[in-house]
Amino acid sequence: MREIEAQKITKTVRDLCIKANYELSDDVLYLLNEALKKERSANAREIIRELISNADIAKKVRYPICQDTGLALVFIELGQDVRITGGDLTEAVNEGVSRGYKEGYLRKSVVNDPFFRKNTNDNTPALIHLDIVPGDKIKITFMAKGGGCENVGAYKMFKPGASREEIEEFVVDTVKAAGANPCPPIMVGVGIGGNQENSALLAKKALLREAVKLNSNKDTRKMEKEILAKINDLGIGPEGLGGTMTAMSVHIKTAPCHIASLPVTVAIDCHAHRVKEAVI
Amino acid sequence: MEKKITTPLTDKIIRSLKVGDKVLISGVIYTARDAAHKRLVLDMKKPPLTLKDQIIYYCGPTPAMPGRVTGSAGPTTSGRMDGFTESMLKAGVKGMIGKGPRSRETRNLIKKHKAVYFVATGGAGALLARHIKSSKVVAYPDLGPEAIHEFNVVDFPVIVANDAKGRDIFEEGVKKYKRGKK
Repeated sequence: MREIEAQKITKTVRDLCIKANYELSDDVLYLLNEALKKERSANAREIIRELISNADIAKKVRYPICQDTGLALVFIELGQDVRITGGDLTEAVNEGVSRGYKEGYLRKSVVNDPFFRKNTNDNTPALIHLDIVPGDKIKITFMAKGGGCENVGAYKMFKPGASREEIEEFVVDTVKAAGANPCPPIMVGVGIGGNQENSALLAKKALLREAVKLNSNKDTRKMEKEILAKINDLGIGPEGLGGTMTAMSVHIKTAPCHIASLPVTVAIDCHAHRVKEAVI
Repeated sequence: MEKKITTPLTDKIIRSLKVGDKVLISGVIYTARDAAHKRLVLDMKKPPLTLKDQIIYYCGPTPAMPGRVTGSAGPTTSGRMDGFTESMLKAGVKGMIGKGPRSRETRNLIKKHKAVYFVATGGAGALLARHIKSSKVVAYPDLGPEAIHEFNVVDFPVIVANDAKGRDIFEEGVKKYKRGKK
């Protein structure tokens, strides 16, 4: 058993909240620069240049990349040989989010109830997704997920005999319906398989894959490439003003499922794809 | 070429703006997003600020660091404000800044009231914040980030998305770059 203090988790989460919101990762900057090369519309290229410059100002002058600093999604891989001391995991994570959003001058975008809608004033509760894994470490992956892109995701249960083309069409239609609202050029996460709630989580986890890393499964990799090409034929373009770069990357994650089911969820992330991880 | 304009908006300024125009706005603009709109339309008999000829910016900024005027301050999705837009236009609002398209109904209202809808670059809140020279909360402070802020801006960069003639940048732009069957 390795002992890890709860306050160490709090400090790690706090730092990740701030880092993710101020420093756009190199892989996303790489994708934006690639988009700049591929985009055919001159106006759209100007928007992409603004986004690259925005990331630079955010990091150097210290302004959050976007004013929507998101819901705090915290994915935890907890080694089964870890014992947390001096507090509990959920509380430690929420304390980290609370401190990160206050001390990092990030926007508090969480309300306490879907109807009464009173701001909780510290961006908690975080959404925590926990996996127990072998080992004696804790891996924490933080994602700041804005509302604009979150609002345009979609779920559909297909018949088990559905073809890959039908699923591809559903993904492309979802992006088409989303249009300008999720702040293209977007990243698209697709969860295929599992059950209803599992496919949604798969789609979010697909978004966590480093943007420049290829899918290890050959068939799925091909599907990602096909979907990306079809999305970029839609003409939506950066900020929806017309262009050839609507999406920068498509990530698919699959899982076993019931003989009667083929669930698919599409999760969309904006160009300000803010993900950071740390291992304790 | 960018057009420079100053608030409040006049009919003459609005007439001069065409879809796709790059515009630099200077002067006062007011933030309002979902919760502030919901309250404003209920308070229309006696609104907490003068709306006539003003520009509403759909924005909820991050808190300002000490010594700063504002935090990050980019636009939010405008479509969510469509249901409130008629009341706002009737109260005299002449311009809106946000991101993303408006409903057909809203576009018709913009045309009818001879108003204009601008887009700012979504997700460029750090870059846009540098054009904000002063900021103060003028209504609904309890709404936190959704309170109404009065921003004094200089050369705030936007693009005309819906002009008073009823043209729409999104429809026109997408048509131009669309390939394939969808």
